Amino acid sequence: MTRFTAWRRRSWAGYAVVLAALVAIGAIYAGVSPATDQAQATGTQAQAADLAKGKSLFNQNCASCHGLNAEGTKDSYDNTIAPSLIGVGAASVHFQITTGRMPAMTNAAQVPSKKVVAPFDDEANVTAVAEYIQSLGGGPGVPIVPQGGDAALGGKLFRTNCAQCHNFTGQGGALTEGKYAPDLLETTPVQIYEAMLTGPQAMPVFNDTTLTPEDKAAIIAFIETTREEPNPGGAGLGRMGPVSEGLVGWVVGIGLLVFASIWITAKKPKKLKKS
Amino acid sequence: MSDETNENSAPERVIGTPTTAPVGKVLVADDEAGPVKAGFELDERKAKKAERIVASLFLLAFAASVGFMVYFIGFSGRDGGMHGIHRAQESNLWLGGLMTLAFLSLAAGVTVWFRRLMTSVPIEQERHDLATDEAARASFARDFQQGAIDSGFVKRPLLRRTLLLAAAPLGLAPLFLLRDLGPLPEKRLRSTWWGEAVEKAKKEGKKGVRIVVDGTNVPLKASDFNSPGGMITVLPEGIHENGEETLTLIAKASTILINVEPDLIKPVKGRENWTVNGIVAYSKICTHVGCPAALYEQTTHRILCPCHQSTFDATDGAKVVFGPAARALPQLPLAVDDEGYLIATDDYPEPVGPSFWERG
Repeated sequence: MTRFTAWRRRSWAGYAVVLAALVAIGAIYAGVSPATDQAQATGTQAQAADLAKGKSLFNQNCASCHGLNAEGTKDSYDNTIAPSLIGVGAASVHFQITTGRMPAMTNAAQVPSKKVVAPFDDEANVTAVAEYIQSLGGGPGVPIVPQGGDAALGGKLFRTNCAQCHNFTGQGGALTEGKYAPDLLETTPVQIYEAMLTGPQAMPVFNDTTLTPEDKAAIIAFIETTREEPNPGGAGLGRMGPVSEGLVGWVVGIGLLVFASIWITAKKPKKLKKS
Repeated sequence: MSDETNENSAPERVIGTPTTAPVGKVLVADDEAGPVKAGFELDERKAKKAERIVASLFLLAFAASVGFMVYFIGFSGRDGGMHGIHRAQESNLWLGGLMTLAFLSLAAGVTVWFRRLMTSVPIEQERHDLATDEAARASFARDFQQGAIDSGFVKRPLLRRTLLLAAAPLGLAPLFLLRDLGPLPEKRLRSTWWGEAVEKAKKEGKKGVRIVVDGTNVPLKASDFNSPGGMITVLPEGIHENGEETLTLIAKASTILINVEPDLIKPVKGRENWTVNGIVAYSKICTHVGCPAALYEQTTHRILCPCHQSTFDATDGAKVVFGPAARALPQLPLAVDDEGYLIATDDYPEPVGPSFWERG
């Protein structure tokens, strides 16, 4: 019997093989998945943002869904495939592109956030397209976030208007039919402001006359404060409160107790002096 | 021990096999001379090894307990106290970790001790019958009878009856403590502070109470809340001036204001003029079990409750389209005052929130 055969016959060998296969599949998927495609920007140097360049970038990257005049497209049943961009404003374009949501890969229930790919890894290109869309029909421009938001007021506003979807610490949550509210862990202040201002996808709009720029800065300050807070217990467990903590307590905690009691009460080995 | 006298009659028994002793008698091997020495059956070399393992676990427990005290006094308290949130993680890790180590090694040591070192010879403990014998029971019955006669309990019925009368209310008294479970809600679940505020405003000659943003308390104009797809949580103006009642009142009065494209709104009979240019207001409290139903999807115009996924259609009087809720979210009648501010012109037409016993 070879050494490998001996190894293979051990009781845990099956689990090890399954684990290794899972890791391999995960690694291969991560390697070939289009979301992590690291296509290099070729010939896109930082240039002055002008409308001609914006239009050209729009035609190359956006027009296939949003239409050559940004009028949006519909399928044969008159359902919207891609919405019209006339009047959405630069803020919306900047949000969608800098969070990686646009250009979209697939037409699923919700367009996910992903790594920004060329040519939009260059901020100047994003600005050019945003300016072009702004020129078509106006709309909210890219905002400047006021400094020094009041995190206490922000907490109040967040809990009454944001927490129901995004969770009280910004962890996100589920909506209907596969849609979801994303987590707010990686977003920049400008992106949070733009999301409130433009209401991307299913999110409602919080315009500047309902929640003033100072109110929005307060909400942003609350989100940033919450993100920076340490987890005194060590692992944050999703920072979702009693649900995940209870799950860990019941499964891991009680599981360990069960194994401990099995060990303690297991039949004692007979170590006999004489037979 | 019987083997002292008839040594030859008992056959030598192999340990581990059943004894020849009759069932119910002492199982301790009667062929062993004298009392059994603890751990006699163990291999001494292996026992020594187990002893060393147990001793080192106990030493580890000792070290961890000492470490706990040293950390608590020596390190945890530096830099002005241990209770800062930023040092809580480090402090939890060390204090919790050392205490866990102390208890864990103590427990593991004890377990190894009794599994490896304690004797595994079966021991039988004698038990007596639980019932008292016949003579003692008869004697007790006699004494009891005599006591009843001596006390006059049987002879004097007046004493007997008044004693029972005195004892009965004491048994019933705990039932009356139930009253302290709280006053009944009476009519308080039927209305919200919107109604009171509207009434007050109408006495002052206004058409209704202004709507303020929950959190900033700024009154909203219809022209401010003008973006289709908008949503905001609102309260009646002045609700914060109710002292310690305020939070209870907010809990009932919490309302979501939604801006829907005006031509999408399906008019509900009797509520045709309750919206202002596509702005509608619904109670934020789910009619199922009272969670804040405010997950508004501006694309589908659905209001979703996070607890049990009850879904309401904001364009159709918040009618239930999915989930366990039985009734639509109550709608608040809206209007605009002379200065263009959004106002509520009446309370909700029905009780907000989940069903309750007397709701009808």
